[in-house]
Amino acid sequence: MLEQQLINALSLGSVYALFALGFTLIFGVLGVINLSHGAIFMLGSYAALLLVDKLALPLWLALLAAMLVAGVIGFVVDYLILKPLRARNAPHLIPMIATIGVAIMLTNLAQGLFGAENKRFPFGTIPEESFNVGHLHVTALQLGIIGISVVLMIVLLAVMRRTQLGRALRAIAESPKAAYLLGINVEGLFYLTSFAAAALGGAAGVLVGLSFNAISPFMGQPMLHKGIAVIILGGMGDIRGAMIGGLFLGFAEVLTVAYISSDFRDAVAFGLLFLILLIKPSGMFGKVLERKA
Amino acid sequence: MLEWWEGFWATYNAVIYGIGVNAMLALSIYVTLSCGLLSLANAAFMGIGAYTAAMISMQTALPFPLALAAGALLPALVALIIGIPTLRLSGVYLAMATLGFGEVVRVIVLNMEITGGPMGLNGIPLKTEFWHIALLLAATLYFLARVRRSKIGRAFEAIKADEVAARLMGVNVPAYKLLAFVIGAAIAGIAGGLNAHYTFTIGPNNYAFENAVEILTMAVFGGIGNLIGPSIGATILTLLPEVLRYFKEFRLAINGLILILVVLYLPNGIWDPRRIQAFRQRRQARKER
Amino acid sequence: MLKFNQISKRFGGLQVLNDVSFSVPQGGIFGLIGPNGAGKTTVFNLATGLLRASGGSIEFNGQDLGSIPPHRITELGIARTFQNIRIFKEMSLLENVVVGMHDHLDYGFPGLLLNLPSFRRVEAAARERALELLSWVKLDHKAGMAADSLSYGEQRRLEFARALATKPKLLLLDEPVAGMNPSEKTELMAEILNIKQRGFSIFLIEHDMRFVMGLCDRIAVLNFGRIIAEGVPDEIKNNPEVIEAYLGKEEEA
Repeated sequence: MLEQQLINALSLGSVYALFALGFTLIFGVLGVINLSHGAIFMLGSYAALLLVDKLALPLWLALLAAMLVAGVIGFVVDYLILKPLRARNAPHLIPMIATIGVAIMLTNLAQGLFGAENKRFPFGTIPEESFNVGHLHVTALQLGIIGISVVLMIVLLAVMRRTQLGRALRAIAESPKAAYLLGINVEGLFYLTSFAAAALGGAAGVLVGLSFNAISPFMGQPMLHKGIAVIILGGMGDIRGAMIGGLFLGFAEVLTVAYISSDFRDAVAFGLLFLILLIKPSGMFGKVLERKA
Repeated sequence: MLEWWEGFWATYNAVIYGIGVNAMLALSIYVTLSCGLLSLANAAFMGIGAYTAAMISMQTALPFPLALAAGALLPALVALIIGIPTLRLSGVYLAMATLGFGEVVRVIVLNMEITGGPMGLNGIPLKTEFWHIALLLAATLYFLARVRRSKIGRAFEAIKADEVAARLMGVNVPAYKLLAFVIGAAIAGIAGGLNAHYTFTIGPNNYAFENAVEILTMAVFGGIGNLIGPSIGATILTLLPEVLRYFKEFRLAINGLILILVVLYLPNGIWDPRRIQAFRQRRQARKER
Repeated sequence: MLKFNQISKRFGGLQVLNDVSFSVPQGGIFGLIGPNGAGKTTVFNLATGLLRASGGSIEFNGQDLGSIPPHRITELGIARTFQNIRIFKEMSLLENVVVGMHDHLDYGFPGLLLNLPSFRRVEAAARERALELLSWVKLDHKAGMAADSLSYGEQRRLEFARALATKPKLLLLDEPVAGMNPSEKTELMAEILNIKQRGFSIFLIEHDMRFVMGLCDRIAVLNFGRIIAEGVPDEIKNNPEVIEAYLGKEEEA
């Protein structure tokens, strides 16, 4: 029934939101569409899997460590590739193309290293409990996913709205040059943002990996597509938009599968994307389409 | 001697055909890029062209050229329809919109009965011959060269350089953007039709995001300053997997690495007239000393 | 020639232009001056169709410019240059100017495709005309060079030539001498007079008082989105409201 679907939608939507947050952060602060975000998401998942499998780390620790690993990868990509392009003042489509290259590389490397088949978490890793609240059936996993996503989102919002760091980031998002002239360490904050965004992506990867108990080198691609749809839906660079957009997509997908057909699940994201680009390209909360220098 | 040639041809004809088809695809995205538009929809247009031409060949008795023509016309029509609203968007938004469109097409094709669903179409008659590809590639190059040298080509360049200024110089920017988009779609469609008729089987996964990216890579790698660049890019990147056969598993990773390296160090691609000229001038200066 | 009738323009909550009415006469040089932020460039953007007015109307030779798109307004005979130069950087000077002739190059698709004599003739004539226009601004010797290799002053002159290529009846110049030294300004003044003598009408925006007073036949003054004065240079020079608007300071760019 409907309430049951709502729980599923909430769980799915939270992960979409989490993924989109990282994506939109990079766009908002660095001005780049980082199409390797999906690959980083995937690597986060593998990282957690390896940590649990080979080092027998408890799940919560593996999650944190995977976030760290993903964050480092994100930082490295920024340092090696995006930074030189920034120095060159490359038109913004160029970095995007470079991140496509990164995505292809990382995906292919993962395939070569880990194999193309789906991998599962070791038996017993994923909590099996579930609860019955009224006539709703909620698994501990779903609660965990929703909970962790919400916590991360709250932390991010708090940082952005209430700290000096957040103010600095928002200043950069408006105009990097002006921020620089105000004495803000723009380059350093670019590194930090790349790290944080990748860490969030990695977290989303772990949660999705647990959710479906299937990890493959190709899991990043469909997620990336949905991430694109979400940030355009919510307004590129807007954090609230990413969260609400993610939840919206989660609901739209779950309801489509439940009441129309599961065949069209993947098309929902793109259908919405297309629609909103035709009606209001700046998205639900987007304001300015052109970024000042 | 003839035996060697026949053996060579039997093994490598697909690669040679592939070069021709990929060159056309790279040129199709070149057209839109020359106007300042990044369209990731060309793989989808290729797919529409491929399916149209293949279905005509398989279900009617119409001759091959007609099937190909239909394979050019339908994508052009679709481009016209979706171009009008989407080309209002700029830069990144346009890229995302065309990406979205491509995916929508793929999902639709994946789920339709007449296109064979996920299995695609099998048993497409093998009608493509070398001269078809050579002729159509030559025609494409000629057509684009003439357009480049005319007011249309100049208008594209002006739009790419500064859309507002172009508008104020009397260029009907929306109309020209649409023209570039439609031409690109038609060329991609023809390439798709040709490709379908020598690969025997096609499926929705041949025309997905990854393929759009491959096409973009070929163009960017070769250089989008003129027509030679995309052609060279397509040739090298089609041959590369053959050359890299040793690295079979990591072929794509190397593809990705190449893309990154080109973007970082050869921003104008391999065939960059300016860089080549500067290099020649430096060499000349050195000789004179 | 160009008539502004009670034009107003709002951006969100900000009223940029309020009840602006003035008339640019045919032949001659008309100047629009006013402190920074008065709304001058907005006036140009409205006249060229880049923006739509929130209220009022603009007429060009009796025709309402209403919702006509920019490229058609250029066809009707209004051309403009930009405050922050917008030349086509990687194209040559010659190509830049030829783009301006876009609307006037009449050849059909077959001619283009088959390189017919009609096509070649039109293209050759275009190049000749472009070279001629470049010679008017003394840039013909650099015709084949890339536009971004020019100096700032030269780039301004290129924009000039390009605007002239569109065969305008009215030329809108947005701060044509901004960033130039005194000798360059004098040169440009002479060139603008030259152009006026060839039969073009000119409407310009500028800060440099001496330049404006020396060149313009009529002047309108814009302050905070309103026209506070309109008349010949002598009237404007002695108008107390105008003096106050500029705080008695003569702007030298």
